[in-house]
Amino acid sequence: MGETAQPALRADGRAARRHGLGLRLWLSGGWIALLALAALAAPLLAPHDPLAQDLFAGRLPPFWVAGADPLYPLGTDSLGRDVLSRLLYAARIALTVALVAGALTCLIGAALGLVAGFYGGWVDLVISRLIDIWMSFPPVLFAILLIAVLGTGLSSIIIAIVVIDWTRFARVVRAEALTQARMDYVASAQIAGMPRRRVIWAEILPNVLPTIVALLTLEMGIAVIVEAILSFVNLSISTDDPTWGGMIAEGRISIHQAWWVLAFPLVALFLTVLAFSQLGEGLKDRFDPVLR
Amino acid sequence: MLRALLTRLATTAVTLIGVAVIVFVVIRVVPGNPIAMMLPPGATEADIARLEAFYGLDRSIPEQFFIWAGGVLQGDFGTSISLRQPVAGLVLGRLPATLELSVLALLIALALGGTLALLGTRFRGHRTEAAVDVTNGLALSVPDFLWGLLLIIAFGVVWPVFHIAGRVSPALDLPFTTQFYLFESIVRFRFDLTADLLAHMFLPAVALAIPLAAIIGQLLKQSLKETMHLDYVTLARTKGYGENRVILREALPNAVLPTLTLVGVQFTFLIGGTVIIERLFSYEGLGNMAIDAVINRDLPLIQGIVILFAALFTAVNLLVDMSYALLNPRLRHG
Repeated sequence: MGETAQPALRADGRAARRHGLGLRLWLSGGWIALLALAALAAPLLAPHDPLAQDLFAGRLPPFWVAGADPLYPLGTDSLGRDVLSRLLYAARIALTVALVAGALTCLIGAALGLVAGFYGGWVDLVISRLIDIWMSFPPVLFAILLIAVLGTGLSSIIIAIVVIDWTRFARVVRAEALTQARMDYVASAQIAGMPRRRVIWAEILPNVLPTIVALLTLEMGIAVIVEAILSFVNLSISTDDPTWGGMIAEGRISIHQAWWVLAFPLVALFLTVLAFSQLGEGLKDRFDPVLR
Repeated sequence: MLRALLTRLATTAVTLIGVAVIVFVVIRVVPGNPIAMMLPPGATEADIARLEAFYGLDRSIPEQFFIWAGGVLQGDFGTSISLRQPVAGLVLGRLPATLELSVLALLIALALGGTLALLGTRFRGHRTEAAVDVTNGLALSVPDFLWGLLLIIAFGVVWPVFHIAGRVSPALDLPFTTQFYLFESIVRFRFDLTADLLAHMFLPAVALAIPLAAIIGQLLKQSLKETMHLDYVTLARTKGYGENRVILREALPNAVLPTLTLVGVQFTFLIGGTVIIERLFSYEGLGNMAIDAVINRDLPLIQGIVILFAALFTAVNLLVDMSYALLNPRLRHG
């Protein structure tokens, strides 16, 4: 009985997942597109200079709370800076980090993983051992350490993320390349006289690509979080530039007087991280040859 | 078995030495002189040079490494520059706080994840199962840092039932002789102190637990699903056992093993998460100390903490591998 029931059950689950898949991809992709637009148009959309302080307008609540000033729709922080404008400008930094750090991490990690998985031998041994060593660092501590070494700034954050997270790609891509390299089609390509370098590019890479794309999307979400954590401990870019993490750190201090300073950047961060990870998971399911 | 264990120990040692070398080299390229930072502005060049010699910072990096490694083998991890105390004592003094938080988080994760998996299995096909899947997905997508912030708003501000900063109320008189406050308060039957400690530790522990709970929930549910289709479970059902008994007594014991292995690996990620969560909740553990050490450029302290974290990670992995070999009869002779 179990034997016959199982496949039917699984097909059911698959249909249900595919049904929910479209909506999930649209919602998460939509949020990211919206955010990207808002970030690009920040100078046009922001009602104030994100750095301008107005000490007479400190800790104004958002518009629906009594005592709000309509000039500051989402309220102000303790220095009287406009929360909405700061949110918009901070989105630029978050998305820049996501894009650049994500892409670089992907390139380096995937390349090392492909090489290790395909060539095997001592190359694989060295890369695998490196991955092991990397994995025994607590990542947040590692990131803070690197920022202390590199100094603060946007490029330091990006370098730190690449240095820490290449293992995420390397580990998964190595395992996939290893399985692919043992498949008959790879053997036949080699017997047919295809050089090994071309086998990687033409045969293995296309089969691993869906995994890489899904990982890349997930990595972008992680990059956003790492940037927020670093600016939360005040090690991100200069303290002048608005970042979600920096706003959260300020909000954490004045949480009992002005909850909105913490709440709005938190919501923005939460939705963005959720969107990237749902997009990644959704793409993984869509590309999965078994589910397709 | 013995040979496998020895190989495993050897690779562990290589990993730890690798970590030590990397940390040692990386933090010595740090711009900014830690000695200049600890002296008052009027200090002369000679003062700086004398202190540098005291901390051994005037030697070459390989030389410094061998002096440090020699000390480590004798249990001497150097002297903290910012706190001016032996690193070993400082670090070991903070370790219990972090261990207690991590273990509490692990227990919460097991309870939450187990409940989710059992609910999803008991009510499979119902709305409950869909709700469990959505909960798992959401919990997995968002990292502990954000859960911590949400918990702070929810249970620290909107409905202030828990403490959001510190390890224990500072006004309390603590009769403890070790740093394992929570454990000692239970052993000494001082449940008033246990309650206060838990009120402080609960939110950070839950924040750390949520992502792990989701992983446990997902994996255990999956392996329960597979087990529920096995013939012996069908047999138990034909004997007329109730659904609850079939799940708890028949399927669960067999479904638990793969989950447990994964929990071990994931537990190291949880320990890594304590760094930022302790900072967020001003909890006086190792992670919070680590961030201060980095900000103060306290080289010996950073080194000590990172090595300890790495040792902790590898020890947990080693334990997991060993217990897996013991629990899984197929691996016992191999």
